Amino acid sequence: MNVTFPHKVLPWLLLLPQLAVTAIFFLWPAEKAVEQAFYQEDAFGLSREFVGLENFVDLLTDPYYYESIVVTLIFSFSVAFLGIAVALLLATMANRVIHSQLFYQTLLIWPYAVAPALAGVIWWIMFDPSIGPVAQWLKFWGIQWNHYLNSTDAMILVVIAATWKQISYNFLFFLAGLQAVPRSLIEAAAIDGASPIKRFWTIVFPLLSPTTFFLLVVNLVYAFFDTFGIIDATTGGGPGQSTKIMVYKVFDDGFIGLDLGSSAAQSVILMGVVGIMTVIQFRFIERKVQY
Amino acid sequence: MRKRNLSALVLGATLASSGYAATEIQWWHAMGGALGEKLNSIVADYNASQDLYEVKASYKGNYTETMTAAIAAFRAKQQPHLVQVFEVGTASMMSAKGAIYPVHQLMKESGQAFNGDAFLSAVTGYYTDSDGNMLSMPFNSSTPVLYFNKELMAKAGVQAPATWNEMDSVGKKLQDAGISCGFTTAWQSWVHLENLSARHNVPFATKANGFGGFDTELAFNGPLQVAHINKMGEWQKNGIFSYSGRTNDGAAKFYSGECAMYTESSAGYAGIKRNAPFEFGVVELPYWKDQVTEPSNTIIGGASLWALQGKAADDYKGVASFLSYLSRADVQADWHQFSGYLPITKAAFDLTKGQGFYEKNVGTDVSVNQMLTGTPTENTKGLRLGNFVQIRGVIDEALESVWNGDADAQAALDNAVKRGNVLLRKFEKAN
Repeated sequence: MNVTFPHKVLPWLLLLPQLAVTAIFFLWPAEKAVEQAFYQEDAFGLSREFVGLENFVDLLTDPYYYESIVVTLIFSFSVAFLGIAVALLLATMANRVIHSQLFYQTLLIWPYAVAPALAGVIWWIMFDPSIGPVAQWLKFWGIQWNHYLNSTDAMILVVIAATWKQISYNFLFFLAGLQAVPRSLIEAAAIDGASPIKRFWTIVFPLLSPTTFFLLVVNLVYAFFDTFGIIDATTGGGPGQSTKIMVYKVFDDGFIGLDLGSSAAQSVILMGVVGIMTVIQFRFIERKVQY
Repeated sequence: MRKRNLSALVLGATLASSGYAATEIQWWHAMGGALGEKLNSIVADYNASQDLYEVKASYKGNYTETMTAAIAAFRAKQQPHLVQVFEVGTASMMSAKGAIYPVHQLMKESGQAFNGDAFLSAVTGYYTDSDGNMLSMPFNSSTPVLYFNKELMAKAGVQAPATWNEMDSVGKKLQDAGISCGFTTAWQSWVHLENLSARHNVPFATKANGFGGFDTELAFNGPLQVAHINKMGEWQKNGIFSYSGRTNDGAAKFYSGECAMYTESSAGYAGIKRNAPFEFGVVELPYWKDQVTEPSNTIIGGASLWALQGKAADDYKGVASFLSYLSRADVQADWHQFSGYLPITKAAFDLTKGQGFYEKNVGTDVSVNQMLTGTPTENTKGLRLGNFVQIRGVIDEALESVWNGDADAQAALDNAVKRGNVLLRKFEKAN
């Protein structure tokens, strides 16, 4: 009963749109970035000079670049951890609500529809040391908030803003995951006398591990690549360099500073980092995930 | 065939709507809000004044976005005729020899009457090459001044300081009167390093602040600058100064009465007038009286208009005609009075004076007088530094490390000079 498809051309034809999209929107720009990384060029593209690995050497001998890497790691892992933890908590709670469940769910999904830059502006206003309501409230409790000057405050602000944007997405996946947990398992455990907390950590959470793992990857990639709008609108990378994550530095050097060579070299390094990160995650962390 | 029909249709529609084939001149700019509306009305007036050309103004975001958009468009051969570029982009623009059409040449080749001497030299100095040729048309130029809250100053029984030396006692008296913040600033690098240097006739960079060639080196870590930044750091610690960000976010602290004084661009005037619920005054940017007896002129910020290459020769006649219109005394005087930007020509300044504007709006001439102090020297003509946008970023970072007590002024400025020089060498290499 084996069905065979004798066509040689048709499968390729059907694949073509996807291949074309990948080629045009990923391979071609990636190739351009790699090429650009070996040149130093003026902004208008009137003259360019082949400089070999100089752009990379400049970066790897620049202590500020390493600082940016450290900042990126702190930022990304904070965002991923916080985003997953809070979303899991909210999803568990929303899953237990019996009345107006849909209302809560809709409310929690909302922030995802907000553009990153807009999210940044909202948080920037909330925390502005002079006019922000949150800053005023903190002041009332004797905490001086000033993300223009204090590096820790600035980092907290960008982490909150970036996490807030991502919680909805995580929430959606966790809620779907929770609804797929068989009720019979939980009921059986309940009959055996397991407390709600024990039931959660021994039954629900392990069953959610594929979702959690998927979200970890997605959230890290989000924090690495998608957050420069938020950084730009809240702190602009400051004070000093304390919130200048790698992707913001790419944007800042390339788009604002018009240093295309260095910006391209940074993109290439970033591409490599994410490649390595993905490999590590799927090779090592995935083994601990039960499907 | 179908394509041709479509384009004929589009063409027909354009013809029908305007009634004639006016040559379109595209102008990309960065003026949002009230300034953008004013700019649109200037463009509309020009379009109504003649029927050969039609200027289409498009807002492209902030200065950086506008400049980047124009550069990207140039690379894709879709550039506008005219683009508004902020002063820090000047070196990038003027070094792009094949991309720009120098204004003096444009005017001459288009047969427009053009006299560079009609402009205020303190303004055009920034945009002229070493032979004195104007490369771009100044449009909106401003210079930093000190705004003060009259009510708070009266409450503390103090006058706005004319010198930085007085700031100590003024600040302390304000604090005694219960005002927690003496002053805040916008654009810290521009006001407290670039203009500080100019006002004291001290170089910000070697080679006449970069006018003498690309092999310039930064020099803002001299004794004057270090002393000033050091003092500012001290003031930040005791509350006389309060840092509020790299751009002009400090305005909120001034509007709300948290800070009694605010160093900001003269073009901040319109915003302060609209938003401050109190009487305010304007004085010249303070100076250190132990460093100079007579302060020099300050330098400008803001933007100028650059013409880009690659359009039909006939189009440039339109560009030239529009630039002539923009520099007309009545147009400039109107723009100056509305926005707080400097009048770019002597005629516009005289016209405004003649209209009695400065008497009716006390303080609006402070910036003009401050610009016209003495004859510009090579330290006060302006700055021409490549990668200046990035250098400003480096300076911002260094200053922030002083304000939050992580570094002392000397170390921070030395480091900024070192990092900035690397960027200058990079620029030299790429051009």
